[in-house]
Parts: sequence; structure tokens; C-alpha cells
Amino acid sequence: MTPRQRLVLFGVAIAGLAACYLWAFAGLPGFGRYPGPYGPAILSRVIAQTNATGVVSAVNFDYRGFDTVGEEFILFTAAAGMAVVLRRLRGERERSPVDEARDRALPPTSGAVRMPALLLTGPIVLIGWWLASHAQTNPSGGFQGGVVLATAFVLVYLSGEFLTFRRISPVAVLDAVEAVGAAGFVAVGLTAVALGFPYLYDYLPLGQVPGAVSSSGTIALISFFVGLEVAAAFILIIGELLEQTLLVRSG
Amino acid sequence: MTSVAAATPYAVPNALMDTLQVTLLVLVAAGAVAVVRTRNRMRLVLMLSGYGVLLAVLFFAFQAPDVTLSELTVGAVVLPVILLLAIAKVRKRAE
Amino acid sequence: MQIFPFLVVAWIVAVGLYGVVTSRDLIHQIVCLIVVQSSTYVLLLGVGYVTGAVAPYLYDIPPHTRAVDPAVQALALTDVVVEAAVTALLLSFAVQAHKRFGTLDPHELASFKG
Repeated sequence: MTPRQRLVLFGVAIAGLAACYLWAFAGLPGFGRYPGPYGPAILSRVIAQTNATGVVSAVNFDYRGFDTVGEEFILFTAAAGMAVVLRRLRGERERSPVDEARDRALPPTSGAVRMPALLLTGPIVLIGWWLASHAQTNPSGGFQGGVVLATAFVLVYLSGEFLTFRRISPVAVLDAVEAVGAAGFVAVGLTAVALGFPYLYDYLPLGQVPGAVSSSGTIALISFFVGLEVAAAFILIIGELLEQTLLVRSG
Repeated sequence: MTSVAAATPYAVPNALMDTLQVTLLVLVAAGAVAVVRTRNRMRLVLMLSGYGVLLAVLFFAFQAPDVTLSELTVGAVVLPVILLLAIAKVRKRAE
Repeated sequence: MQIFPFLVVAWIVAVGLYGVVTSRDLIHQIVCLIVVQSSTYVLLLGVGYVTGAVAPYLYDIPPHTRAVDPAVQALALTDVVVEAAVTALLLSFAVQAHKRFGTLDPHELASFKG
């Protein structure tokens, strides 16, 4: 198929798709005229039922907890799939990360990169931890906190070398942390089943004050596990790609 | 189902919010075209990072701070890092 | 303003798909897929928006304030993070394809067998 034929076929297909799409949206009430009833129903009952003021996280981990389990396992499978796809093929060898010529003077990382990276690593770990543990109060949650935590490890690589990055994040530890995160989420749900409630029911005490860190039952716990899993998955992904780029050679 | 709309201290006039959202939507549409038309790989990574920040501001104007946080951290930091690593791997083999 | 955000969504999908169809580089194709996926976030948030409403965080606003729909925000939130992991998986496919066949051009890659 020549590029011209491909473009013509694409034009026909996109015209059909756009027509169906606009026909579908002609039947909706328009932008800004959300009629409910799901949104207002949740908003009027969320504090009474879960004592959480971060309604989006309450939806994510309590009202729609089952969907979040599925999404988390997509993340888990993608990280595992990358480890399988980027395996060492026949005819490749992996260089050692330690420099073989010991007396070679490497140019050090420039000061302009090193200084901000070192200064910011500590605060970013703190911010990531804060985000992952405050899902029920503010706009935060396990997913965002986990990604910010993973970024701190990338900063360590940027300010130093690959050996430092590998030393503070060995693959075995990351695998274990990721497994604990994913299994913890499922285990919280299964404990609810063992206690006689539906799967992922909020069975822990709901706390006194709506929006405190210790309130909202299982939402805070699940957010913590999700943060662990997302951080470990992203550090694994970046570590895999770093190893491929820096260490793996052919022949 | 009817809920009383109380006047909060954060309310802005509807026309102002509409203008802001329309401007950001037009910028996002232009940003998408700019990203697609970039062919150089390095420039593509930077354009994607800028597009991610623009999307994050749009989500903020849609009253969704959680999605803004996610899009900022993922679209402006993690995705460019992953892309840069893949590009470095692919380019090294070509030399 | 009634349907303008949805028109922008359709535009982004069309532009992204055009990029996928006319691309000569796997990395560029993957970035265009990211652009197409970003349109779904705009769609989700556009469906749940209420004019004159605030963000659905009841921490410091009086009760019964009108707020936007939180359920679509929860969907978009997890979507954004999971998309990055799936993109990383796609990029690892591209890296292995380059190792095996030496090229990242989809037109040439399509004619290889096995």
C-alpha cells in the first residue's frame, strides 16, 4: 500500500469516526451541564460514609476500589513485561558497571546538575511520602506520591553515576516492595471478605474528624500500599531501561 | 439531587472561567499539532514535556487538582525520562 | 462553549492518528499514541464538569457547595499513571525491534517476517 493510498483510507476512516462521534455528542446535555445523579449522590454522602474529604481518592479506593485493583495490576504487569521483553538475548553480553580501567579519570558530573539534584532529593522523598499518606484529605494519593518518590531516585542517578543508583535500589528489594504493595491492596480487600463484608469494604474504624490523616479507615491504608507499588514499579522500569542503555552490548 | 450552590470565596465569574478554558483548549489543540509535526527525536521529547505541562494547566482550569498532579509528574517528568533512555539506546547502536 | 471541548477532543484524536499513520519512526509513533490518549483525559474531565462549580474537596468549603463530578476525575487520575507504564512497555518493544532488525522505520519493519 503506497503512502497516498494509506492517507486516503485514513481520511475516509477519520471522517466516519468524527461523524459518529459528533452524532453521539449531540445527544449529551453539553459542556458544563452535568446532570448527575452519581456525582451529587457521592458528594452528599461521602463524609457520612467514609469521613474522607478528598472525594476523588475516596472514589478511587472505596467506591470504585475494584477498578483501582485492576489498574494497579496493569501497572504491575507492564513492569514485569518490560523485564521479560528486555531480557538478555542470545549473542549479547552485559558489561560490568564498574569501570575496568581503574586509573581513567572520568569527567565528573557538572556542578550545575549535581547541586540542585542533591539538594532536592530529600525534599522530594518527603513530598512523595506526604502525598501518598494524605489521600483522604487533600488532592493527593498513592498514585501521585509513588511517581514523585520514583523521581527522587532518578535524581540520584542524575547527580551521580549508575552504580550509586543501583546500590540504593537493588532489583531484589524493588521486586519485594512492589509485590508487598500489590499484595497488600488485595489483602486488605480479602480481609474484609474474611470478616464477612463484601470485597474491599471499609471495615477499619472511620476516625473522629473528617479529613484527618488517621480517619477514613482503609482508604489511607490502601493509598499507602498503592504508593509503594507505583514507586517500585517506576524505579524498576527506569532501572531496566538504564541497564539496557548503559550495560548491555552485543557480541 | 438538587444541591444549593453556596457562594464560596473562590468563585469567579462564569465568563472569566469560560474564557480561560477556551484559551487553554485552543493552546492544547495547537500543542498537539506541534508535537505530531516534530520529527527530530530530541525535540520531540521537549515538546512532549511542554505539552504535558499545558495539559496539566488545562486540567487545573477544569477544577481537577488531582489529575493535574498526576499529569505533571508523569507527563512532564517520567515520560520524557523514559523516552530519552530509549532514544539513547537506539542511537548508540546506530553509530 | 457547549460542545467546544468535545470538538477539541475529536481534533486531538484526528491529529494523533494522522501522526501514527504518516510516521516514519517508531519513537514518533509512540509519542503520537500518547497524544491520542491524552485526548481521553480531556474528554473524561469535560463530561463531568459543572459550570460554576469548585473542585470536589470538602476540606474547607461549606457543605452543599456545588462541585464537579469526582468519579471521572478518579478514572482520569489512574489512567494517567498507568499510561506511562504501558508506554514504557511499548518503548521496550521498539528497542528490541531495533536490536533485531537494525531499523525503526515502520514501513520497513512491516515487510520483515519473523
